[in-house]
Amino acid sequence: MFGWEFPPHITGGLGTACFGLTRGLAKKNIEVIFVVPKAFGDEDKSAIRLVAAEDIDVSHTNVELEEFWHKIHYLEISSNIVPYVDPEEFQKLVEQSEREKTTVNEFTSTRRFKFSGKYGVNLMEEVTRYALIASSLAANQQFDVIHAHDWLTYPAGIAAKMISGKPLVIHVHATEFDRSGENVNPSVFAIERRGMEVADRVITVSNLTRNIVISKYGIPEEKVITVHNAVDFSNGDDLKEFKKHLPEQVVTFLGRVTFQKGPDYFVEAANKVLKKNQNVRFVMAGSGDMLNRMIRRVAELGISNKFHFTGFLKGTDVNRMFQLSDVYVMPSVSEPFGISPLEAMRSNVPVIISKQSGVAEVLKYALKIDFWDVDAMADSIYGLLNYKALSDFFIKYGQEEVNNLKWENAADGVKGVYESLLNN
Amino acid sequence: MKTICFYFQVHQPFRLRRYRFFDIGEHHNYFDDFSNRSIMRKVADKCYIPTNSLMLDLINEFGSRFKISYSISGTALDQFEMYAPDVLESFRRLAETGCVEFLAETYSHSLSSLKNRAEFENQVAAQSKRIEELFGKKPKSFRNTELIYSDEIGAMVADMGYKAMLTEGAKHVLGWKSSNYLYANAINPKLKLLLKNFRLSDDIAFRFSNRGWSEWPLTADKYVNWLNSIEQRDEIVNLFMDYETFGEHQWAETGIFDFMHAFPRRIFNESNFEFLTPSEAADKHQPVSLLHVPNPISWADEERDLTAWLGNDLQDEAFNNLYSLAENIGKIKDEDIQREWKYLQTSDHFYYMCTKWFSDGDVHKYFNPYDTPYEAFINFMNILSDFTLRIDNKLLELNQFDSASPEEVDTMLKELESRILALKAIQKKVTPIRKAATEKVSTKGGKLKPKKESAEKPKKTIKKGTPKNEVKKPLKAEEVVKAKKVLPPKKAKEKPVAKPKTKSTKKKKS
Repeated sequence: MFGWEFPPHITGGLGTACFGLTRGLAKKNIEVIFVVPKAFGDEDKSAIRLVAAEDIDVSHTNVELEEFWHKIHYLEISSNIVPYVDPEEFQKLVEQSEREKTTVNEFTSTRRFKFSGKYGVNLMEEVTRYALIASSLAANQQFDVIHAHDWLTYPAGIAAKMISGKPLVIHVHATEFDRSGENVNPSVFAIERRGMEVADRVITVSNLTRNIVISKYGIPEEKVITVHNAVDFSNGDDLKEFKKHLPEQVVTFLGRVTFQKGPDYFVEAANKVLKKNQNVRFVMAGSGDMLNRMIRRVAELGISNKFHFTGFLKGTDVNRMFQLSDVYVMPSVSEPFGISPLEAMRSNVPVIISKQSGVAEVLKYALKIDFWDVDAMADSIYGLLNYKALSDFFIKYGQEEVNNLKWENAADGVKGVYESLLNN
Repeated sequence: MKTICFYFQVHQPFRLRRYRFFDIGEHHNYFDDFSNRSIMRKVADKCYIPTNSLMLDLINEFGSRFKISYSISGTALDQFEMYAPDVLESFRRLAETGCVEFLAETYSHSLSSLKNRAEFENQVAAQSKRIEELFGKKPKSFRNTELIYSDEIGAMVADMGYKAMLTEGAKHVLGWKSSNYLYANAINPKLKLLLKNFRLSDDIAFRFSNRGWSEWPLTADKYVNWLNSIEQRDEIVNLFMDYETFGEHQWAETGIFDFMHAFPRRIFNESNFEFLTPSEAADKHQPVSLLHVPNPISWADEERDLTAWLGNDLQDEAFNNLYSLAENIGKIKDEDIQREWKYLQTSDHFYYMCTKWFSDGDVHKYFNPYDTPYEAFINFMNILSDFTLRIDNKLLELNQFDSASPEEVDTMLKELESRILALKAIQKKVTPIRKAATEKVSTKGGKLKPKKESAEKPKKTIKKGTPKNEVKKPLKAEEVVKAKKVLPPKKAKEKPVAKPKTKSTKKKKS
């Protein structure tokens, strides 16, 4: 299984989802080798064998090298927009390989690549180097299915499939359309589509995403299967109790402050609620490219004494935020799944989610609104704050509902996909 | 004889610590003691101590002929007291020479003159009282925060009994007129105005060490020549600048101290100038005309207006929110709240929220502890939210006791008595532990403090009256609700944090 991150070193929901899924699969007696660009050493390895790509020696005898370069060559053509390993190094590699060919079986090149493990400037470069490692790995490890999570790892998945001939499953947690709206990055889109085309099966985290994969990437329907995400609350220790010191009720937005999360609609709804009810505070937790605009807007509306920004939260602070909250709002414009409402529900917080989120497909006990419908959002917030019966109802049944969304069920779905491939 | 009038601004703000949303309602310590102390110590050693001793030498050398004036903000005075008593002592020695005038200003270097007259007057009175206590003389001349001035502000200052006020010789106000004369307030001509000669002031304050400047290096010789070449009939040159110019903005290595050392001798030997303090200058010269300033001016940036502190959405929102508290704060006699109310008004907090990064961005960045104006805004608003909650609670508390009927008083008393008993039981348990702790502290901080604190704590809780929300059984349900509203939980915890006033904080830290 190729991933990009693994708890506790996560920048988004991807790591958490991978973690939950691998644990679920372990319970179904499926052994997982999980590959990440960089392992920090403190990851939870109870369910998996974690392999850091940078620890893998890329060593080849001459014969292997030839095949290896053949492979890379292929990758290069398929996504020629990708900036390759920096030109000098690339040149060196090529020269080296030519030299090696002349001295048959006498020379073995061993090198390791360093990865930052973060989304950075050299992202494309790292994605490609990751693929390079993957091909080496594919030759040395025993496995039945290759499973790649999100576009960063698709090239690795493709490379591994080419080397090993094993079936490839692509897991779509988000598409470029979710991340960037209509302004898609063409090279990312190309990698995504290539991955979906080469894959034997495509798993999507919701029907919403499935429709995007089918309609925007032109992938045949029968190849695309929805397996809804779940949520894993087995880590009891992070449920530490935090006392609330505020007299007011708290309404929370938690997530990246970017276009697709709809933070602007949350601000407008807050303004409407505050006109009716002053006994409430709004919190926007997270950071992102729209944060400064949101701060300016809040100041302009004159509600900043009741509207707070926390910046990016991690670890126990996330939990603390949920425990301080009385209502959680996820007004996403486009959300393939969206795990955070489930975390809120577990902390006994009633949630309002946009109909444009995958999680809306699985939740019954949540208020659902259109992301653009600021009035409906304000109504729902006001209702949950002021009508105790309503919020009690959601808290009670929401808790139950969320506890039934188990990764084992998701793992069953994934296992079904694997089996359909292996029985062919 | 022409006049040179030196005025130096001495100011340090109480910088805020990083205050998070989670702190609201829970922690009430707003200030970054560490950075306030270390910055004060750094500036004291680089600027205040050496410059004061230079000024004292010059006064001793020239008798009463060399004169200067200072305006020291109350926040700076408080910080001297806490972190640099040696600086305060050296200012006292300067005051004793009689050649130094101390000006009045707002206590916390605030923008209150633009918003709230009562608060403005309070702050000026507090500052003036403090100066008189420390230096033995009541200020007669006034300088407003950042030399902010308008006709209206001038009229208020005149009403408060000051005879002269300092402000910027802003080009857009003066037009063809020269800053080298005395002017008078347009509403109340009794108030005389001294205008900063910004070219000659900034030659020292900003350009002195600039090697790209065509006049670099600036020598006392050259500078006195410039002074001698002003218009024949000009009467006064006002050299106004930050005191931190010496040694801090312009490092000692640039020769700024040598320049200042040589300057008075050159003046006495080679020019027709004398040194006067602002009040003396106002007595000696006559105003040549009224100065009309309908819109406020300041000495900051190219624009010489208020846009460094007010004008963008963030600044206006924070500013209006802050001053919306003024009325309620007037009703509260809590020392901590009154002090923090002053410190939060310091203009620097709004300066950090400035978003005009173009012509003066560098200067702004230099003084700014935040990475972005947005962070500054968020931090300030979080603190203000907590501060507002505390004020609301205090008010409720006041009202509750004021409006209680005799029966209610009885029940309250009963509750409190049971509470006292419970507390005493706890105290018994805790005493041995505390004793050990007290002994430790007392080796550092003197015996009196910890003892006093431990004796005081139970009393304080009693005064608060209402029990916390982990309410003991004897309470009735409605009262629980009331109690919850009146006090946010954990109130008791606030005390030890907020309690140590200036003095004890100092002791603990140092």
